[in-house]
Amino acid sequence: MSDSVVSISGLSKTFAKADITALDDISLEIGQREFVSLIGPSGCGKSTLLRAVGDIVEPTAGSVEVNGKPARRARLDGDYGIVFQAPVLYDWRTVAKNIALPLEMLGWDRARRVARVKEMVELVDLAGFEDHHPWQLSGGMQQRVSIARAFSFSPALLLMDEPFGALDEMTRERLNLELLRLWLETESTVIFVTHSISEAVFLSTRVVVMSARPGRVSAIVPIDLPQPRMAATREEARFFELVTEVREALHAGGADLA
Amino acid sequence: MSTIAATIAGRAKAAAATRSALSRGGVLALVLAALWGLWEGYRWLWIATGWGWPFAVDDITMPHLHAIVAQLFEPSRTGGPLLISVLFHSAVFTAKEAVVGFAVGASVGFLLGVAISQFRVLQRGLMPYVVASQTIPILAIAPMVVVGLGNMQVAGWTPAPWLRVAVIAAYLTFFPVTVNTIRGLQSADPRALELMHSYAAGRWAVLWKLRVPSAMPYLFSAFKVSATASVVGAIIGEAPSSIPDGLGGAIINFNQYYALAPESLWATNLVAAALGITFFLVALGVERVAVRRAPEHLA
Repeated sequence: MSDSVVSISGLSKTFAKADITALDDISLEIGQREFVSLIGPSGCGKSTLLRAVGDIVEPTAGSVEVNGKPARRARLDGDYGIVFQAPVLYDWRTVAKNIALPLEMLGWDRARRVARVKEMVELVDLAGFEDHHPWQLSGGMQQRVSIARAFSFSPALLLMDEPFGALDEMTRERLNLELLRLWLETESTVIFVTHSISEAVFLSTRVVVMSARPGRVSAIVPIDLPQPRMAATREEARFFELVTEVREALHAGGADLA
Repeated sequence: MSTIAATIAGRAKAAAATRSALSRGGVLALVLAALWGLWEGYRWLWIATGWGWPFAVDDITMPHLHAIVAQLFEPSRTGGPLLISVLFHSAVFTAKEAVVGFAVGASVGFLLGVAISQFRVLQRGLMPYVVASQTIPILAIAPMVVVGLGNMQVAGWTPAPWLRVAVIAAYLTFFPVTVNTIRGLQSADPRALELMHSYAAGRWAVLWKLRVPSAMPYLFSAFKVSATASVVGAIIGEAPSSIPDGLGGAIINFNQYYALAPESLWATNLVAAALGITFFLVALGVERVAVRRAPEHLA
């Protein structure tokens, strides 16, 4: 498909040392401006799938294309930004310098970097904290820096590996809203790994439900909640219906949700 | 209102700073008093009981501490300058050797660490020799290096004696720096490495933007060890080549007159210790300024 941002076909990954089949014959097309969540029990390979898209792990079989190019080419071209569960900020750099890191790697000149950092700092509501060091910020603020860093160079694709998994519920819901705003404003495509059913439903245009050992796609649930989504969206009847649907898909896939 | 509040807050802060300085000064005074007590107590006990093991104590083997300090303010010889002034000039001379030795040793140590960590072949090929270099007694190689380099001529130039001593200081400096550089470069967060990988960062970008900054706390741990070691290296390096201008020369000299004036040798030791501590504190100070890290990551 030519309008796919990500095209995965027949993807398998086995870790020979541990004799584990992390991913088994996964095929998935992700179109432009989609927000796709990967959800599943621990060990279903959702993080491995994300890393295969980012060319951080190499698949055993099958192929991944990003923007019509092999994953490796896409990585070398700087086609995606990545956010981990931990903020992974550089302690020795200020907030502004952390956000500027990928811009430096891409060879942007100083004036352009400064201008973009200023924009990003305002977009993630961190104005006034540019010269702080990461350890002086709360966990939620650190993760906002990490998100600003990933979005800073306007990549077409964002890979997010449980970015809010370590945050408290209140911070998490606020950052969910901020992320959706960024996604709409930047017209990017997002692949989002999460453990939380409600987070997946609230954020996504599509939820990909995976099952474990071997990791397979067990169901795909399209989310037809209207955009833009707001805090009140979480209270709509349709939201609960979809949460139930995803939960049942997880159960059907063999996930033990006790 | 707000200015009053600010003033009060400012005063509270200043008071807290004063308190912490006072308590630190108090601790220092206590430690010094305890050391004095140990020395004088040991001395008194051994003399009172007449114990001869491990050595008989008298005014020659263990002079009074106050006599040692007082000696600093006596003329070094009849009509000469005070001992403390002589020793100060010796300390400056030795410090020059140690600083140059430290700079050379730390640079070589760092580059060696980078090379070893970047090229796996070197880890096997070079590391055994790096370790072996530290098992050779420094007292055995110091005369060879200092005297040997004195016979060397490069285009008519022979390194000055103090420069040759600096080589010994460098020899003691580089090893901790190399070991900690290797360890520090490997300490980079694996996810941060994935992040750099996602930016398609090359080996040198990863090295300079991630690995070297990650290694800084390790490097400074090494610098603190090496800073004092470089002083020891300089003193030892002076001894065999009979360079009279430094603390090593002073130690050799006062050692010959120990039976007459043991206080002079002890006083020299005090000054040498003070020089080592100064080097350590300078390394600590530079670390405080240069390494921007969460407080819990600073040792």
